[in-house]
Formats: sequence, structure tokens, C-alpha cells
Amino acid sequence: MPLSGIQIYKLLPQTNCKECSFPTCLAFAMKLAAKQVELSACPYVSEASKKQLAESAAPPVRLITLKANGTEVKVGNEVCMFRHEKTFYNKPGLFLRLKASDPELAQKAAAADAYKVNYVGMDFSLDGFAVEADSDASTGSAQVLTAAVKTIRGVSKRPLILIGSDAAVLDSALGLLAGEQTLIYTADSSNYEAMADIAKKHKAALVLKADSLDALADLTPKVQAKGVEDMVLDLGGKNMGEWLTRSTQVRRLALKANFRTLGYPTIFFAGQAGPEKEAVYAAQAIAKYAGFVVLDTFKPELIYPLLVLRENIYTDPQKPIQVQPGIYEINSPKPESPVLITTNFSITYFSVANEVEGSGLPAWLVVTDAEGMSVLTAWAAGKFDAERIAKAVKGFDLASKVSKKRIILPGHVAVLSGELEEELSDWEIRVGPREAVDLPAFMKQALN
Amino acid sequence: MPIEIPKDKWPGKIKTITIGATIEEGGTRSKSITIGGQTTLPYLHFEAPMPNKPVIAIEIKSRKSDDWSPLLVEAWGDAMEEPAEWAKKAEEAGADLLVLALTLADSPEDAVKAVKSVLGASGLPLIVWGPGQAEKDNELLVLVAEATKGEKLVLGICEDKNYRTIVATAMANGHLVQARTPMDVNLAKQLNILITDMGLPADRVIMDPTTGALGYGIEYGYSVMERLRLAALQGDGMTQLPMIVTPGFEAWKAKESKVGEGVPEAWGDWKARAINWETLTATALVESGADIVVLRHPESVKRVQGVIDELFAVPA
Repeated sequence: MPLSGIQIYKLLPQTNCKECSFPTCLAFAMKLAAKQVELSACPYVSEASKKQLAESAAPPVRLITLKANGTEVKVGNEVCMFRHEKTFYNKPGLFLRLKASDPELAQKAAAADAYKVNYVGMDFSLDGFAVEADSDASTGSAQVLTAAVKTIRGVSKRPLILIGSDAAVLDSALGLLAGEQTLIYTADSSNYEAMADIAKKHKAALVLKADSLDALADLTPKVQAKGVEDMVLDLGGKNMGEWLTRSTQVRRLALKANFRTLGYPTIFFAGQAGPEKEAVYAAQAIAKYAGFVVLDTFKPELIYPLLVLRENIYTDPQKPIQVQPGIYEINSPKPESPVLITTNFSITYFSVANEVEGSGLPAWLVVTDAEGMSVLTAWAAGKFDAERIAKAVKGFDLASKVSKKRIILPGHVAVLSGELEEELSDWEIRVGPREAVDLPAFMKQALN
Repeated sequence: MPIEIPKDKWPGKIKTITIGATIEEGGTRSKSITIGGQTTLPYLHFEAPMPNKPVIAIEIKSRKSDDWSPLLVEAWGDAMEEPAEWAKKAEEAGADLLVLALTLADSPEDAVKAVKSVLGASGLPLIVWGPGQAEKDNELLVLVAEATKGEKLVLGICEDKNYRTIVATAMANGHLVQARTPMDVNLAKQLNILITDMGLPADRVIMDPTTGALGYGIEYGYSVMERLRLAALQGDGMTQLPMIVTPGFEAWKAKESKVGEGVPEAWGDWKARAINWETLTATALVESGADIVVLRHPESVKRVQGVIDELFAVPA
């Protein structure tokens, strides 16, 4: 449990030496409690206090970072069961599983690595690859796996998960990934000692797998005793219901019972029941606390909705998704097509864009920077006024795109039309409907 | 080492609601549907049994709609021309109940005829939506309600601007209502209060907290549903109603589902993407507490049914 400022104060030297740059130890303690400073700023704190403070400050779900030379993925460190309580912080890593022996490995990895899709101005991609060694421990599998890792490193700089049950096979492949942080899959009660040894040797994170949470809780302290701190849990479970149960229980144990033994992120294999279920398996894992989601299928029509779902679920509820301010072209507008104005609150943008798009009528949609607020809220907060709208129209150089200098204002801010006429004296200002749903009719009837 | 799993025990309980009346119950449905009755969060069977599964409704229209995606037209074919045929096909596709959406073009006689023909063609319980304009909704739904007295239909959609007439006719004719509010816990609660204050028992109100599609605001609907369900379990009586949401309507409005041309290559295959869009929207809402999901594509129905079945395949 996190300590309060007063509790922290009691563990400090209480000499008010000011070397931490704060006037008193109490002031420093308060800053520590608010996580605004590091304990290392205090040169005199005792080892015992350090240990106690470190324990209390450790997150209930351990932060695991996978890193390659190009990118990194952080998972864990979550603090709530429901996103509205605060937010979900670290998006689950989406990894594509490839077999080391796959003759098309290079092409598949290159295609998946290059995949990029844009959603409301943000570019999304996959996070990395899970490379699976041959399941039989034949003498060749080590060579096949190292060759596969080399192949992937030839086309991708994203972090890796190495899958195999033979520590010796994984060991040689990990040797190629010096300086990276890789995830090893998987250790169970039969091989955890050897797996923990290679995890420690290569500073890799290690997945532990067991049939029940009880068995997992037996395993994590043993691996920890071998010197491995970065662990990830495979919760097993035959179907969505079982996995949801276990995932909820593990998150609850970590957050509500402060049960450090299972305070690690989880990994989930979405393709385990075949491609038809892969989308819904992955969707549940994204919504319900998974740390890593491994896919078996690389198809844009699957990846894109999953990336969007992940973004939606992990959006901070306090900070609504904002659309990039700018001029959006709807239904291939021509210079004479109408110009609509709205704010950059995503839902506002979507309502307007959807209605216009659905109507089939071409339009230019000017999205102003209203700090992510809806039309009325932004107007009330002074973030959507004549000055800002005029600035957007001029800043985006709208005049160079359109021949008919006419702007449609949202009906809710009809009051701005006079001022806007002053700001944009060579433009005609029209007041449109209050609700987006009435736009198509307005555009058909009033704008000809 | 056996772990002690923290379990929540809630004071509140979701109302149990039955839709549709069989002959013995004064209607003509071949079965009725019961939803609600939960005493904990969705699918946490280790805490408390979930007495009723969420159900899937398929949305059909009284007349073929021009603005439905070609993929939906392909899936339903000529059945879209005739609500009775469409209803039969929807039942075959695995619907637990049907939504019949009336249109602005329907006269009151058309509306009653369409409802009767659907009731005649399928024995499933039925939800009837007006076209979405207050006056027209009231005109059509009152006559529909009177012509189907005792069937225990769900009449919709009640909103804060227009609920009195629909609630009154539901009360007079033994039906239920769907109460929609725009993604807000307090507004949902308020409308439920207004409706029950008129005298309609709470076990005849299904609340519709509204959702957005995946990518189009689903996170708002998702969290409002979680918050409504938590409030209900904590004992807030006016939120203890089962929830209906319309992922089909929302997802098929999104460009990702609706159209196949002029979209980025990174969106992939149109049909598979469209089904994923509807299925994932619905799956997320099923996880956040939906009791009825209204869908449009038969393939999505199959997949979401698979999700619900798996969520129940857990030893207690």
C-alpha cells in the first residue's frame, strides 16, 4: 500500500538539512507521497527506510518493459479495475506469432512490421513478434530459432517474445539480442530453474504458466528466488469465461489485496481457438486487463479494429480523444462545396463527419482546436469563439481550397455569427442546425 | 498454496424482466425471454450465479432502407422487402428476439400491418421502434400497442423529450418500454424515474444508455454501462434495470463497416472488417453489462452468440 506523507516523514532522517532542495523533511515527504520527486534526492536516508519505502512504492502490477533497438513496449503498472475510476495506463502489447521454421518468415515479418494505420490523426502499428521454436527439442531447433531471429532482425526493430520449452534452444537465440529486453515464453513447474537461469543471464522477462492461480502463486516466488524480477503470467483457461474469471481475479488480488505474488502483467494467446474466434478473444483480452496479446493472424481487417479498440479502452476518461485540428475532406469536396465548422472533440467530430459522410454530400469540414471540447462546452469555456474560428480558417488557408467563401456555423453558436462576420469580412457566415443529425437535410435544402 | 480470492458482495440486484407473452400468458409468442436478475458484475460466476444470459435481437425494418450497407443487403437479400420474410430469416439466423423498426413512410395502418405480419411469421418476442420523430412515433406506436395488447412487446424509443405517450400506451396495453438517454448515468436515472413516476412498474422498463461504435465513442458508452451497473449493485434502485444497446445500428453507420471503396488499404478486407466492427463493438458491450444487444448482420449474431456461450462455460 502506498504510504502517506506523514508515514514517509517518519522514515526520513528528520534533520531538515535541505540537501534535497526542499526546506524541510516533511515537505520532501509530501512530494514523495505525491510521486513528484525521487527518494534518491535524500543523501541520508537509511537502508532500512529505503527498503520499506521501495516496497510501499512498488506498483501493484509490476511494470514490464520490452525493448529493442527501435521501439519499446511497456505494460503493467495499472491501478484500477474500471477505466472510469482513473484510467488504464499501459496499452497491452499486440504481438504477432510466427513459427521459426516458417519458410515465409521474412515476408510475413516484413509485411506486419510495415503495417501502419491512421486513426483520428494517430498512427498505429503492431508492437512486435513472438517467434516460436520448433516444439520438438531436436538438435536443429536452436539453429532454426537463431536463423529466424536473424531474419526478423533483418526486417524489424520491434521487441520480441521467444517461445520454446527448451532453455538451451532459447539461450542461443537470446545471445543474438544483446542490449534488448526480450520476453521468454514459457516456464512451468518442470523447467522454471533452467528458464530462470537464461532469463537472468540475458536480462529477459519470463512468462510463467500453470493450470491454476494457486499453482502460479507457488511458482513466482521460486523464480524470484532465482534472481528474476520481471515476470509475466499465462493464466491458462479453456475459454473466454475462464480467462475473464482468472484475469479479473489476478487484477483484484493485486489491487485490492496487495498480493504481490501475482502482481504481474498477463499474456494471452488470442488465436488459441482458431481464426474465427481470434477477434473476440483478443477484444476481451484488451478490455479485460491483458498485458500482452499474441495474435496468430496478420490481417489488416483484424488488426485495425483491435488497435482502435485498444486506443478507445485505454483513452484517459478525463482527457477525451481529440481530433487533429485541420480541414477534413468529406466525400471528395470540390471548390464550390460547403464549408462546415466544428470543434476537435472526437465525438463531436464523428457525429458531424458521419452524418455528412452518410448523406453522400461533399463538404469541407474545418475542425478547430477547442482543446477537445464539444461545441457548447467549448463556447462556454471561451475555446470556440469568433477569434479562434477565424484563426483556423486563416491558418489552414481555407481560401485557397474553396471558391465559395461561405461558412456554416453550428446552430448552437449562432450568437457568434456577427462577430465572425467582422473577423472574416470577405466570408459569408451562415447558421446551420444545432444537431449533426439535421445537417444532411440542411445541406440539401438550405445550401443551394 | 491456496489463494483467497477477494469477492465482492453487493446489496443491490438487477430487476428481472420478461419480454413477450405466450398463449398461456395472454399473448401469442412461442416463448418469452427473461433478462436481468444479476447480483454481481457480468460473468463473475465465482461470485454469484448469473441467472439469465444476455440475448441477441436482430433489427429488421418495416420497409427496405436505402441507407443500409450493401453487405447487409447481400446478407438478407429479398427478405428485406417483406418484414414477415425478414423476421423468419432473422429467427433462423439465431435471434433470441426481434426489433422491428418502423419508418417515416409508414402510415398507421402500414405500421400495424407490419407488426402483425412479423408477429404472425415468427414466434419470437418483439421490440418495436418508432421512426424516431416524436409525433410520428406516438402516432404509430399507440396504434401498434393497442393492436397487440397483451403481447408484452417492448415499445421504443422513449427519450426525455418524448416518453409520456409511449409509456401511457405501454401501461394500458401490457407492454414494456425502452428508455434511451445519451451516455450519462444521471440522465439515465432521471428518465427511469420519470417513467416509473407515471405508474409503469420498473420491471417493464429496459434502459438504453446509448453507445457509440468502436472508434466512434464506444469508450463512453462502455464506461457509462459499467458505472450504471456498479451503481445498481451498490443499491441505487433507479439504475437496477437491464440494459439494451444497439451496436448493430452504430457499427453499420461507421464508414469502416458501411463502405468498401475509397477507404485506406490498411483497413483490409471490407466484409471481414465490417463483421469485426459490429462483433467487437457488441463484444465490448456484452462485457460491460449489456442484457440485450441489437445486431444487424447474421454472421455477427453467430459470433456474439459464441462469445456469450463461452462466457457462461465456467464452473461456478
